[in-house]
Amino acid sequence: MNKVCAIEDILDSLQSGMTLGVGGWGGRRKPMAFVRELLKTGLKDFTVVSYGGPDVGMLASAGKIRKLIFGFVSMDLVPLEAHFRAARQAGAFAVMEIDEGMLQLGLKAAAQRLPFLPTRVGFASDVLTTNPDIKTVTSPYADGETLVAMPALPIDVSICHVNAADASGNSRISGPDPFFDEWLCRAAECAYLTTEVLVDADAFNDPLSALQMPIERSLVRGVALAPYGAHPTSCAPAYGMDIGHMREYSAAAKGAWAAYLGRYVIGKDLDAYVAEVGGAAAIDALPLPVF
Amino acid sequence: MSGFTLAELCVCCAAEAFRADGEVLATSIGLVPRLGAGLAKLSFAPQLMMTDGEAYLVSEPVPVGPRGDYQPKIEGLMTYERVFDIIYRGKRHAMVTPVQVDRFGQMNISVIGDYAKPKTALLGVRGYPGNTVNNANSMFIPNHGKRTFVAGEVDMVSGVGYNPARWPGGVKPRYLDLRRIITNLAVMDFQGPDNRIRVISLHPGVSFAQVQDNTGFELVAMDGLGTTPPPTQAQLSLIRKRLDPHNQRARAIPGDPPGIPQAGG
Repeated sequence: MNKVCAIEDILDSLQSGMTLGVGGWGGRRKPMAFVRELLKTGLKDFTVVSYGGPDVGMLASAGKIRKLIFGFVSMDLVPLEAHFRAARQAGAFAVMEIDEGMLQLGLKAAAQRLPFLPTRVGFASDVLTTNPDIKTVTSPYADGETLVAMPALPIDVSICHVNAADASGNSRISGPDPFFDEWLCRAAECAYLTTEVLVDADAFNDPLSALQMPIERSLVRGVALAPYGAHPTSCAPAYGMDIGHMREYSAAAKGAWAAYLGRYVIGKDLDAYVAEVGGAAAIDALPLPVF
Repeated sequence: MSGFTLAELCVCCAAEAFRADGEVLATSIGLVPRLGAGLAKLSFAPQLMMTDGEAYLVSEPVPVGPRGDYQPKIEGLMTYERVFDIIYRGKRHAMVTPVQVDRFGQMNISVIGDYAKPKTALLGVRGYPGNTVNNANSMFIPNHGKRTFVAGEVDMVSGVGYNPARWPGGVKPRYLDLRRIITNLAVMDFQGPDNRIRVISLHPGVSFAQVQDNTGFELVAMDGLGTTPPPTQAQLSLIRKRLDPHNQRARAIPGDPPGIPQAGG
């Protein structure tokens, strides 16, 4: 069983119009190497499900999003995502803007192959008025409470970036927070991982590291090597956010997107990108963010 | 120099908001709320839980800014996923800084203007809808004015408030619990008639009329409305030496004004 592939193979499995789940959270552990490769393709009209960061911003500026399912888009230490904002303000894509907890419930419903999960979240807010498709349900028990029926959010393909993976699709997230990658994978028809390193299966033969392995291999169709693949987002504990690059990227939302693409994306493979942003040693030296 | 800054006064007011909370997670978004929660924990509310701002529960508040040799004192795990478990159980008090607040206490951090093509896109609703129907919520507003405290409703109701017209069946959400609003002018709560916003103390040199003039809706004045008590030396020492040794609070309120306005100022 060898699931090792290239990012190009992940792209080959995609079609325009699909629903994509993107792992990570805000400015942290985003599969940016994959996102940059996706920008180079003619694929478009995606429904994107994300705890959004520059993944959403880049796909938005590239005009690849038909609908965004999200609770927020931010780069953490650069709080507002300029590319997302510009596209959102232009009405460039449809939105399903929901509470972060509802997003998780929608993923869990899909993961459990259920039509919805009940919650109180959303009531009395504009999440329900702006999403008239979200229905309510009445508890069949004595309480009779009316609850929001958060619909399942099934995904066609999810992509997450991990610290280490083996050829079978086992993987480890070494940072302190695995975020919601597990649920993005469980809600998806199939998931692909990009990874900082490919390791032998023996590397995971350790009870403590097993606690950092929320994604079992049956969820994973392919594993692509992408060292520094989260840059400019962080990949704890290996490297922090590249705040300088995030600021440059943000500034590019005002008329310099083509220049940004030209310098960092078009015609650049991952090695060339890493060199362009300062080299491996520079990324290794990026301090982990202090909050 | 009056002996303390307005930011330091606001930190003490923020701490007060957490006083009676018991053993809950204090989630404080932004510098003043974070220093307030830390001050509460170090002085009168040691049972509060808080995080390092990332994924670990810590047994003492982590100082803000560069930490030098300081290592956060981990006492447990609080991943983002677990935060939602604690929200749904209600064992949490969040203090946040929304962009708009209306007379119902409804909060907005989504968009300004038309929803389909907004004038300004902000973060998105984040966890506000769930926070406000599940756990206690307070606010810190560094620039008390009519742009924040709007006439009418906020442009996009992200956080739920005391607005029966939006409640399902007109029934108040069971766990809706808005607590305090700390601003650069005053401290307010929701204990006016029908949970209307009520001014409970005025910062030194501020009049009720001044607060009202800077608010887009009618406020209630608490009976016997007085001046916000100044920080104690013990509180100032904790803020300056333990919680914020690099004086990041100097940037919390524009101009870093003194806590007691200077003559002619």
